[in-house]
Amino acid sequence: MTTPVHQFHTDANRAAQDLQQRAQIQSALSSYETACEARKSAFRDWESARQTAAEIKWDAVNHLDQHLREFADKLESRGTQVHWASNEQQARDIILEIIRSNNAHSIIKSKVMTGEEIHINEALEKAAFDVVESDLGEFIVQLRREAPYHFVFPAMHLKRGEISELFNRELGTALTEDPEELTMIARRVLRDKYITADVGISGANFAIAETGMISITENEGNARLTCALPKVHIALLGIEKVLPRLRDLALFLPMLATAGAGQALTCYNSLYGGPRQPDECDGPEEFHVVLLDNNRTQLLADKQQRDALHCIRCGACLNVCPIYRSIGGHTYGTTYQGPIGSVITPHLRGLQDWKHLSSASSLCGACTQVCPVKIDLHHHLLHNRRNAVIDKPVWREKLQFAIFRSVMNRPKLYRFCVRIGRLMQPLHRLVDGTRLDPARGWTQTRKLPRIAPQTFKDFWRNRK
Amino acid sequence: MKVTLFIPCFIDLCHPNVGMSIVQILEQLGHTIDYPEELTCCGQPAFNSGCWDEARDVAVKVVERLQDAEVIVIASGSCGAMLKVFYPELFQKTGCEQAAKSVANKTFEFSDFLVTKLGVTDLGARFPARVTFHDGCHGLRELDLKQQPRTLLSHVRDLELLEMSEAETCCGFGGTFSTKFPMISSAMGDGKCASAQETGAEYIVSNDSSCLMHLQGLLDRQGKPLKTIHLAEVLTSS
Ligand code: SF4
Repeated sequence: MTTPVHQFHTDANRAAQDLQQRAQIQSALSSYETACEARKSAFRDWESARQTAAEIKWDAVNHLDQHLREFADKLESRGTQVHWASNEQQARDIILEIIRSNNAHSIIKSKVMTGEEIHINEALEKAAFDVVESDLGEFIVQLRREAPYHFVFPAMHLKRGEISELFNRELGTALTEDPEELTMIARRVLRDKYITADVGISGANFAIAETGMISITENEGNARLTCALPKVHIALLGIEKVLPRLRDLALFLPMLATAGAGQALTCYNSLYGGPRQPDECDGPEEFHVVLLDNNRTQLLADKQQRDALHCIRCGACLNVCPIYRSIGGHTYGTTYQGPIGSVITPHLRGLQDWKHLSSASSLCGACTQVCPVKIDLHHHLLHNRRNAVIDKPVWREKLQFAIFRSVMNRPKLYRFCVRIGRLMQPLHRLVDGTRLDPARGWTQTRKLPRIAPQTFKDFWRNRK
Repeated sequence: MKVTLFIPCFIDLCHPNVGMSIVQILEQLGHTIDYPEELTCCGQPAFNSGCWDEARDVAVKVVERLQDAEVIVIASGSCGAMLKVFYPELFQKTGCEQAAKSVANKTFEFSDFLVTKLGVTDLGARFPARVTFHDGCHGLRELDLKQQPRTLLSHVRDLELLEMSEAETCCGFGGTFSTKFPMISSAMGDGKCASAQETGAEYIVSNDSSCLMHLQGLLDRQGKPLKTIHLAEVLTSS
């Protein structure tokens, strides 16, 4: 079996040389970039908005137990069934059990990243349920049987022509490059599904503790239909989604829209606080909220990196990340791609298996600069690297840095090494850039800098 | 002022001219230079690889030697960030914590030292060329060095500064990252070079030799005429 690290290296090497893919990412994000900047300037002060948001999330996360209890109590008081899932398996079992007990067959989903995290589609399909994604991007990647490329823009890697061909192949529709028409094709397929679906599964962008409501923001209106039409609505969300008060949305909704998509506000913002009440004429008969831990509490216990739970999944850190933009979303092999994925995946799925994502960064800090809730992303990558070494040192690296330490701390040895280096330079030319080159990591793509005939230390000594 | 100079290993070995230029500039401004020859590296390669014990063993020598300095000038934004931002964290809860903080407080990256500390913006240099400026990430985001180098460049005679669209985008060097993930690193570098080339500049100028070493390596391998040069060398041209 290929390990995640091996897979990552192979895919990253290929993707980094795939100029077409890079151009596609560039063009997919270019209008976002301009819009996002323009939207930020609509805030009186974006920086202080970030600060406030970070403080609110700090409170939410540092008093998570209280907020979650309040959230659950309020929901239950209106007849919602709240479920607590410690891990993927439990979450899947809970959802399957709800579906089975309702004798349901067909399921419609709106975008839910926690669903990707627990591999719910695979579980539902294995149990012979009919499941269809209603978010256009998710619908497309589901048809392609692949994972989302970006947790906000799942089908960002595809050109219109490719989507058209996919629809033609899978749905038998005529080829078209017209985006409106492509959307209409998906809508036509989905319309029937909304009506016939027994269960709607959604995620949540925020969980409001004060009122016991989940908040969902979307641009297509599909989540509203998913949540309202079927008899049963299941919302699956991570425990970190909590916001203490309803009024916090006044900041977080425009902030998420701005950072996530360069919009003033996402088109549809809905709050769900319970199943259909006796005096109401519509809405689901049952409303289930599944709260997922899946190692989030482990991250919560880590004082230094706890702020990673502030994340509102806006995707801004992916959009600005030069690594993401060079290797694309699928290379990560994770539910959450980009900087935030590299920070949290080692916590969620195991440090040793996923530490390579923290190493695959130049630590440029562009992510930290844009994160609306001020997560110290690039420093956490450093912390993951340190923790991985403490947890399980890699002897080759240890040896390397033991040598490094003795050379750097012993001026005579350093001078000796410089002399050796000078002698080796002419020989190096023979192997430069080839497989025999010990410096191939550098020379494969770059010329090696030469040791100057007179180093600075030589210069200084001569001068004295 | 007695200025203690920290010359990182890659400048010592491969770009000694950068160090010499800094010495020349500071001496012309009437300062005396104290250069601790025994110091070679700030420990960043080990630190960034997660080997904090080894990093600390190297860094402790730096802290011990520099703690009594009047002011420390460092010829790289990246190593500057190591001393200013990461030393206090590295030495947290150790006997060296205070010394590390005091070193951090009196360390200046070279362009920051000139502009912020000394208020010097015009060194009388002349560099007749079209240049574009690359912001090294550590300098830009850890040390907030956006304006200082540009202020200095704006006073260089006959120099035309052409800003590239990707000035603030990482060049892909990233220390050990560049050899651990060479293909990603180079893809990022190619993007940077393309953005620089678009401006029509003849030189990429930066206050970080490590970024330039990576970019020059790529340019040379690809036979591109674009050249790289450190800010200090521009400032001593006439
Ligand atoms: S880490 Fe910050 S920038 Fe990245 S997705 Fe989360 S909130 Fe957005």
